[in-house]
Amino acid sequence: MTFTIALRNLFHDRVRLAVTLVGILFSIVLVAVQLGLYLGARTMIIAMIERADADLWIMAYGTKNFEEAQPINVRARYAALATPGVERATPLITSFTDWRKPTGGSTLVVVIGTDAGEGGLSPWNIVAGDNSALGARDAVFVDKTYLPELAVNGVGDVAQVGAARVRVTGLTDGIRSFTVSPYVFTTLNRARTLLDIPADELTYVLVKLAPGADAMAVRAAIRDKVSDSEVLTAAEFRDRSLNHWLFATGAGVALIGGALLGLVVGTVIVAQTLYSSTKDHLNEFATLRALGSSSGYIHKVILTQAGLSAVLGYVLGMAIALVVVYLSEGTALPIVMSPELAAVLLALTVAMCGVSAVSAIGKVMRIDPAMVFNR
Amino acid sequence: MTVESPAATVAAGPAAATGEVMLEARDIVKELGRGAGRVRALKGVNLELHAGELTLLMGPSGSGKTTLLSILGCILTPSEGTLWVAKQPTAGLRPEELARLRRRHIGFIFQSYNLFETLTAEQNVRVALDVRGERGSEARVRAQRALQQVGLRHKLKAFPRNMSGGEQQRVAVARAIVGAPSVILADEPTAALDSENGLAVMQLLSEIAADRSRAVLAVTHDPRTVPFANRVLRIEDGLIVGEERRAEGVETVHELARNRKRKANA
Repeated sequence: MTFTIALRNLFHDRVRLAVTLVGILFSIVLVAVQLGLYLGARTMIIAMIERADADLWIMAYGTKNFEEAQPINVRARYAALATPGVERATPLITSFTDWRKPTGGSTLVVVIGTDAGEGGLSPWNIVAGDNSALGARDAVFVDKTYLPELAVNGVGDVAQVGAARVRVTGLTDGIRSFTVSPYVFTTLNRARTLLDIPADELTYVLVKLAPGADAMAVRAAIRDKVSDSEVLTAAEFRDRSLNHWLFATGAGVALIGGALLGLVVGTVIVAQTLYSSTKDHLNEFATLRALGSSSGYIHKVILTQAGLSAVLGYVLGMAIALVVVYLSEGTALPIVMSPELAAVLLALTVAMCGVSAVSAIGKVMRIDPAMVFNR
Repeated sequence: MTVESPAATVAAGPAAATGEVMLEARDIVKELGRGAGRVRALKGVNLELHAGELTLLMGPSGSGKTTLLSILGCILTPSEGTLWVAKQPTAGLRPEELARLRRRHIGFIFQSYNLFETLTAEQNVRVALDVRGERGSEARVRAQRALQQVGLRHKLKAFPRNMSGGEQQRVAVARAIVGAPSVILADEPTAALDSENGLAVMQLLSEIAADRSRAVLAVTHDPRTVPFANRVLRIEDGLIVGEERRAEGVETVHELARNRKRKANA
């Protein structure tokens, strides 16, 4: 009966139900977009670190993220290779530079140079060409999302990076950059040319540990040898990058703040409508008290009402959020909707409606059951 | 330590009451308000409700009828005095324990019916079982039987808005009896009804009281209800000032009241 009472109370006033659902819907869409953007940004920020087959990263001191790195001496790679427990040490070069469009003008890109055969970091989600195509003369891979920005149409088109000519020999799908500057994959040596980096310098050394090697011990040993460089585990580098882009720049704080705002607005709207609905049915709650219902029974009615609002609002809100996610797919900052985020949103919605029910429960608990005699 | 009900050992009342004492109030005092606005609504009420009896509580507005009804129904707690419901003392019980006592032993009928507008007649009756944790098909059957008992078998699926006042009050009666309580307390059960429906409801209450497994107390202003009662209690200014058995007749009640007034004036 608690379910029936809650359901009937909810649908008794259709206008109020609509207001409640709009409140929850608005809240869910706002939170989904904000958290989806956060997740999308997070995915982009850590994509290179996550995809690289490396346990340790050797880099210049103070490197804050993957894209903004300073050169280090190539000796760091040899020092790593000479350290027990290291299976592989792959050099990688990356830096911002200008992409001169065939149609005129230029745009900033991030060139990533590494040799696919050596492990480390290769382009993924390849939709045109294959890794061997990267070995061709002047070859570069770009993401198809950025084709219009790079002013090329696809494989075979040419452009100029720095002073050198490049030819698109492969396309990836979905490798987007948080800096908005497209990634351009190429070989290590071609990257040196394009970025004008001397042969004794590189940006990162991607260290792969031998099976069973102690990462901390190997790191300490490498640090002893390359005291002018920093050695981080992949997890440390990932956290540092996230911390820089999401928190030091305030971008993540803004996204999380927006999500919190959505929750607050949703909670206030649901609380207000639930309180007002409870107030309208106060005499029925007083009757329940007079009939001897326990506090728990009444809590159950109100919480069921809140839960039903949550589920209905969630279904509608998620439907709209999924449309927004779909529309964002082709943009520079796509919104990510994962099953985990969907579950988190459901939990947040239920929690939001639960919190909203507190004021209504408080109101009912304060009523005098004797009011049933005074009508 | 539990306090034993005096009625459990001593027969009380001015006339012989045949049924078991289902509810007993001793020296009930209730003070309402605070500070300078504090008033003594009940000044030491003593009464017993016997199984098989329909008792009427009559008195003028402000005499303390509703306050007494609230206390007898364990909705308010007395400032002083002791109340036993189905031989259980209520003193010192917490609100949740009083609620448990209400749902097990007391059925309520309200002046304005207090039905759930969004529930059908059958669902309204089932609420009284649901709060006791009685659910499922058995509860449904009991609710239907209760509605049959009040003559509303054909209105199971009707909503209160589609029923007359008399029908709504009969649903309220069914809700009060469905849990087989020891005591049924009715607050002005005929006040919102026309003469015909009012008499029908009183007829129902007297039949329910005749069951002998429960006591019925109805607070009323309505003199038409007196012929249905086994006993009439008169309350004035927070005190029971008269207790008459139905055998003595309606007129006797009024005469005694007049006589009491004359004595007071003298």
